[in-house]
Amino acid sequence: MSDAIKPDVTMDLKGLACPMPVVKVSQQIKKMQIGQILAAETTDPGAHADFPAWAKSTGNEILSTDKKDTVTTFYIKKLK
Amino acid sequence: MDVQQTLDSLKNEMNQLRDERKNKLSMVVFSGDLDKLLAAFIIATGAAAMGMEVVQFFTFWATPALRDKKKKGKGKDLFGKMFGFMLPRGAGKVKLSKMNMGGMGTGMMQYLMKRKKVASLPDMIGLAAEMGVRQYICEMSMDLMGFKQEEMIDYPGREFVGVAKFLEEAGDSKIQLFI
Repeated sequence: MSDAIKPDVTMDLKGLACPMPVVKVSQQIKKMQIGQILAAETTDPGAHADFPAWAKSTGNEILSTDKKDTVTTFYIKKLK
Repeated sequence: MDVQQTLDSLKNEMNQLRDERKNKLSMVVFSGDLDKLLAAFIIATGAAAMGMEVVQFFTFWATPALRDKKKKGKGKDLFGKMFGFMLPRGAGKVKLSKMNMGGMGTGMMQYLMKRKKVASLPDMIGLAAEMGVRQYICEMSMDLMGFKQEEMIDYPGREFVGVAKFLEEAGDSKIQLFI
């Protein structure tokens, strides 16, 4: 359940188009500590494929994905 | 040489090839079209976000897209002046490869991009700089078109180089693109 996840940082990426959601998240995650959680709210349909691909390449983990109407929130745990 | 020996030497060579490739993207940016330039910068910034080292090598028609509209090159000859006049003065002036329609199509696309929050080309160049995408400009293109280094945009760490520099970068890159 995503209700149980307490993000350390929440980012509003709604309305942003490719490649900005992934770019912004990569910039933010650099400033965070290992083990912290970032919640990224996005409306970009491409994000559903992009965030898992980004996480796999950078060695971070997507804990869960929460979709409400057009907004999808990705809970990302910094592992590296 | 027997079969086993051949296999072993092939294996060795393959391992060498594998090890030499870095998590790096090297890109030739050749086109001066707005759409292709956008693609080049979206891929470059995306790759940087994925943790890759990224190198862009600008040549031919892509070169004028890196001019600064507020700067001027001094001491140009007639041909240099002609190229300078006929080629776009910077990333804000490049046109679509299709449906330009005398500039109307490009204007419409730029309007749509703004409305749909797609970053403009000048913004993408700034973002690439911010993300550490390295930029090289082909010295021969500069010389051929009569561009002066002082009329190009400011970009951190940018160098004016030849083809050997690109090949050196591309040689140990996992991905190489020509756009």
